[in-house]
Amino acid sequence: MSTSSQRRIDVAGLVIALLLLVLAGVVWWDMTKLQILSPYDLGPKVMPIVVSAGLTLLAIGNVIGALRGDLPARDSLDWKPIFLILGGLASLILLIAFGGGFMIGTAILFATTSAAFGRRAFLTDLLIGAVIAVLIYLLFGKLLTLSLPAGPLENLF
Amino acid sequence: MEAFTSLASGLAVAIQPMNLLFALIGVLLGTAVGVLPGIGPALTVALLLPITFKLDPAGSIIMFAGIYYGGMYGGSTTAILINTPGESASMATALEGNLMAKAGRGGPALATSAIGSFVAGTIATLGLTLLAPYLVEIAVSFGPEDYFALMCVAFVTVSATFGDSPVRGLTSLFIGLLLGLVGIDLLSGQSRLSFGVPELYDNIEVTTLAVGLFAVGEALYVASRRHIHEEKLEAVRGSLWMTKEDWKRSWKPWLRGTAFGFPIGALPAGGAEIPTFLSYATEKRLTKHPEDFGKGAIEGVAGPEAANNASAAGTLVPLLTLGLPTSATAAMLLAGFQQYGLNPGPLLFAEQPNLVWGLIASLFIANGMLLVLNLPLVGLWVKLLTIPQPWLYAGILVFATMGTIAANPSPVELIMLTVFGVLGFVMRRFDFPIAPVVVGLILGPIAESQLRRALSISLGDPMVLLQSPISATLLAIALIALLLPFFLKGLGRFKAVED
Repeated sequence: MSTSSQRRIDVAGLVIALLLLVLAGVVWWDMTKLQILSPYDLGPKVMPIVVSAGLTLLAIGNVIGALRGDLPARDSLDWKPIFLILGGLASLILLIAFGGGFMIGTAILFATTSAAFGRRAFLTDLLIGAVIAVLIYLLFGKLLTLSLPAGPLENLF
Repeated sequence: MEAFTSLASGLAVAIQPMNLLFALIGVLLGTAVGVLPGIGPALTVALLLPITFKLDPAGSIIMFAGIYYGGMYGGSTTAILINTPGESASMATALEGNLMAKAGRGGPALATSAIGSFVAGTIATLGLTLLAPYLVEIAVSFGPEDYFALMCVAFVTVSATFGDSPVRGLTSLFIGLLLGLVGIDLLSGQSRLSFGVPELYDNIEVTTLAVGLFAVGEALYVASRRHIHEEKLEAVRGSLWMTKEDWKRSWKPWLRGTAFGFPIGALPAGGAEIPTFLSYATEKRLTKHPEDFGKGAIEGVAGPEAANNASAAGTLVPLLTLGLPTSATAAMLLAGFQQYGLNPGPLLFAEQPNLVWGLIASLFIANGMLLVLNLPLVGLWVKLLTIPQPWLYAGILVFATMGTIAANPSPVELIMLTVFGVLGFVMRRFDFPIAPVVVGLILGPIAESQLRRALSISLGDPMVLLQSPISATLLAIALIALLLPFFLKGLGRFKAVED
């Protein structure tokens, strides 16, 4: 446990509070662009106002919590697996966005996630991921006739 | 009685061979996915939702019933054998269950949880059958202002009242409400928080949010602390069967667990963790074998597991009769209904009685199937648990992304999934509850439209919220439930009775 029982200011808690405040601001700013059309309808503005006000209050609540050290103790963080997983997701998104189809991206995501959990057989996992992608394509695309983003590989089937 | 004639006609729907098959597939898939460590029932339903896209509504909702109960059962298997409850409701089961497994009594632990789930599920579904027509009758008289007030109660109880920290719970809820704002406002046709992105005009998909928070968030969280925390699977050794002594020690906890679980689940109070821990504490106090607690007492598995299942069936009461989801899983089921344009509530009972009662009848059938299938198949489920962790999470992420793009083939949807995954990771790390986000997203827009409907009927007079006695009472309850945890510190702590 990194934090001791004595009360210390929790910087991460303050950052969370700040983010909530930013969100509240975005909701408010977006609300100002709406128009009230019907005199009898409450209009689309009320809910954003409630949400924005609520988030502001909660930001204050989170600041108090952070100052009092109410947040739970955290374990140390290993960043490498996080980047591996997010990298896998990013490459899948990019491949789909630029017409690469989902199979290659899926294989990469499988391999990077597996590596994030400590496996050191990237190429084998890439192959396993590819096989799973083909199976899913056949199950989803052909059997359940759902449309999956296709690229050069998918068009072979 | 009226309820039983309705149930009988529902049974006629449910025992059609195709629907029996759907129920069976649902039960098997639900158990298989629910057994995987880190996957709770809500995620099980969310991950399997795409599979039902092309089925007809009745078949798909019947399959859902199976997935729901199967996922619950699978979760407790994992809790007993590796002590990683996929959700907080299985935490109490894991306490004694895992100790039993370590002591070589994993078989009886699984058996008492399977039979206890069956007993509790059957009694609670019976409760649902009897209670639903009455609630529907009351709900018919609800005006929009009463619905709005009811949703306020649900918002508060789900997020603030029973959690560890009301501020963190409410923060989660408001993030959900914020996400619920995104998209085109149906009454005025204007888009909110969409920033010109076409994919955002159609609102945020509940499944994308749930899969992001639960699957991607969980994967990131577990991976980030793998160097500290290692999971260990307990083998099932010895006999699977319960001895006479085990039966004698189990049947009362089953019934008491059901008595805790069903009413608390049926009240729009949300969360199966309260009844499970209440049951755990009660069994610990009443047991004739106090020396066993802390070493693997069968009462400590039988009671909480029954409470868990009874409360799961209980949450179906507000969901089906009022359209009010009070847990993440119930929110996923509601999303499943909505994909067919069906809105649970009193109207659905009137318009589609075969569908609703078919679903309720299927719950009985799914429950029976689970009992028959799970003990013989336990070897298979245990095999699923031995999938190496890297492949398990890689497979979960592949399936999660696949389901997301199958529902909506656009990279923007995947970006949202990733963002929600990061959100889920941060929330886990800082101990923000996740269910309120999902409930906020799905219930926020409904609450808003009820409020606006109420106020346009009253020509904009907000006093309508206080003039209806039902609405005024419910709002008062919501206010009390909101303020109580700030004054009574540690209302949520009674779940921390374990030592």
